[in-house]
Amino acid sequence: MAEINMAKAINLALHEAMDRDERVVVMGEDVGQDEGVFRITEGLYAKFGDNRVIDTPLAEAAIVGTAIGMSINGMRPVCEIQFTGFDYYAFHQVEGHASRFRNRTRGRIHLPMVMRAPYGGGIRALEHHSESREAYYAHTPGLKVVIPSGPRNARALLHSAIQDPDPVIYLEPKACYRLFREEVPEKMETLPIGQAQIVKEGSDLTIISYGASLRAALEAAEELEEDDNISCEVVDLLTVSPMDHKTFIKSVMKTGRCVIVHEGQRNCGIGAEIIARINEHALMYLEAPVKRVTGFDIPIPYFSKERYYLPDSERVIFACKETLNF
Amino acid sequence: MPRKVIEIAQKIEYLSILDENANLDKKLEPDIPADKLKEMYRYMLLGRRTDERMLKMQRQGRLGTFPQSAGHEAISMGSAANIGKDDWHVPAYRELAGMLYRGWPIENIILFWNGFEEGTRPPELVNDLPICVPIATQLPHAVGIAMAMNIKKEKNVVMTYFGDGAASEGDCHEALNFASVFKAPVVFVCLNNQYAISVPLSRQMNCETIAQRAIAYNIPGIRVDGNDVLAVYVATKEAVERARAGLGPSLIEGLTYRLTPHTTADDPKRYRSDAETDEWMKKEPLIRFGKYLVNKGVMSPKDLEEMEADVDSQVKKAVEKAEEMAKCEDLTNPYNIIDHVFSDVPQFLQEQREELGEYIKRENDRKAKKAKSETGARS
Repeated sequence: MAEINMAKAINLALHEAMDRDERVVVMGEDVGQDEGVFRITEGLYAKFGDNRVIDTPLAEAAIVGTAIGMSINGMRPVCEIQFTGFDYYAFHQVEGHASRFRNRTRGRIHLPMVMRAPYGGGIRALEHHSESREAYYAHTPGLKVVIPSGPRNARALLHSAIQDPDPVIYLEPKACYRLFREEVPEKMETLPIGQAQIVKEGSDLTIISYGASLRAALEAAEELEEDDNISCEVVDLLTVSPMDHKTFIKSVMKTGRCVIVHEGQRNCGIGAEIIARINEHALMYLEAPVKRVTGFDIPIPYFSKERYYLPDSERVIFACKETLNF
Repeated sequence: MPRKVIEIAQKIEYLSILDENANLDKKLEPDIPADKLKEMYRYMLLGRRTDERMLKMQRQGRLGTFPQSAGHEAISMGSAANIGKDDWHVPAYRELAGMLYRGWPIENIILFWNGFEEGTRPPELVNDLPICVPIATQLPHAVGIAMAMNIKKEKNVVMTYFGDGAASEGDCHEALNFASVFKAPVVFVCLNNQYAISVPLSRQMNCETIAQRAIAYNIPGIRVDGNDVLAVYVATKEAVERARAGLGPSLIEGLTYRLTPHTTADDPKRYRSDAETDEWMKKEPLIRFGKYLVNKGVMSPKDLEEMEADVDSQVKKAVEKAEEMAKCEDLTNPYNIIDHVFSDVPQFLQEQREELGEYIKRENDRKAKKAKSETGARS
């Protein structure tokens, strides 16, 4: 198949999922006639009609809450929250119900539903449109939190999320929507949720990242290799919860050094959990303290100063060198 | 224990005083002094021209994405005209005319949409909250401010705003209910422009009006022609008087139309017809108000032209000033992103502040090195 960008890949997955399974419905604000503010739901309304592609009133709590109800009654809703800055309105539904139904009914009721939302900075968006708060969801038991990094894994992971028997929070790095294209296979594919990927092999140091920040990690790895002959192994988490520590522990045992890159805040962030897992499983293999290159513990600045907040390859390279020179 | 009827109000008033052709209902015309009328017109015009100017700037890459206010001037100004500096103005994000009238410098508005937190700092001496992006979330704040007024025995009121989409949010319902229960002196003003981005009113609710929700909260509710500044003025004046008299909140729905896209990132042709937009263009609020002022002898056509020129030059100067401000050290200082999060920067954040400092130093070193090598290459 031709090379496509991430926006198109997610759109393709939605088309494929709705084609193959009548239980899949798409719902959210402006997802129908407008085809989504990022055009992620392009063509769905025309093809599947307003019975399965539902333009909802402006109410996030009800979008997620009714998606819960729909999944209880046999549907497979994929609901869209327009920006993660507005998913807090629905957080009580996610935390109080989506994450708990299976457990509190001892498996009698479970929720095969997906909550999609674009997250993160880097697009000069207005206030409340650039947050990266995946840690809230990762901290909630009973949720799976998936963050793709490119077109191919975005499509495959969305299929896995829709087919999953439990609720999946699927966060889309909107800075990557149209950043680059990638070949995706003709045939529909899935990727296991809860499995990280080694996207570049190396021996001197492990860089762990996910989502939009993976670009900075990969750029840094390439530059370190070219300029300083440093061989970095880059791990893409893909699922931030349940976290696949086996993949990165194996890598850290090999390299003995690790740098974590994410744009979400540092305090109690995903990096903190990664370090805890390394301490639990590979402490004695470490040659240097693990470093975090993350957003600072401040609200993400409005866009005029966003660049001081978002990790870039320079910050990653600096952290890698500090780790190597420890 | 029979089934019986519980009597509740079933009617909602609609108010229009100055229609789209500038026909005036003299019986309903409010008595507004000439100077005040001129001032109201001026700020509506200032809001419109600032909005138009910002759109041009956005298209030239000189401004970020922003939601336009054009078409909402009558609701914003007609209501804001009824409150004083000690009262509170709690906007959503299309109340530009009212914000400027309240004393927000145009520069702040431009800076905000240009990605500077300094733009959200309210001017001194007015009780204003900044623009609120997350839909409907400002409404409970407005109610809380008003509840504090009751506790403190202040005689002020809160004027707060939301859109037709916001009316679907839980926060909107919760705020209205609190206000009703606690008899909070709040005037809820709904800018019903009939579309929440692409979603039309008919999909937003299955009722005739938003005003009728007032019945359920047992508070007064009215729908007005939201493009008729006189109707908005009269309805909000009554609501302010009620609130000041300790009689609690009111709900005023102004029916209007967004003359522009939702934001600069939106394409309304995907969901609204040109014919519909053209029809509403004719009903927009400024033209009829200008005609009213001329008919009434408050302003001559020449006065209107002069005001146009004056407003244009005010906007031009403000744009220049905002762009200058964006370059000044106070605003470009990167440490601003850290220094305002807490009253005192905690230790862990202080360390991150130092980390930022090192990043900036490395960047400056690289720039200096590059400049040096370029100079070297030239010589």
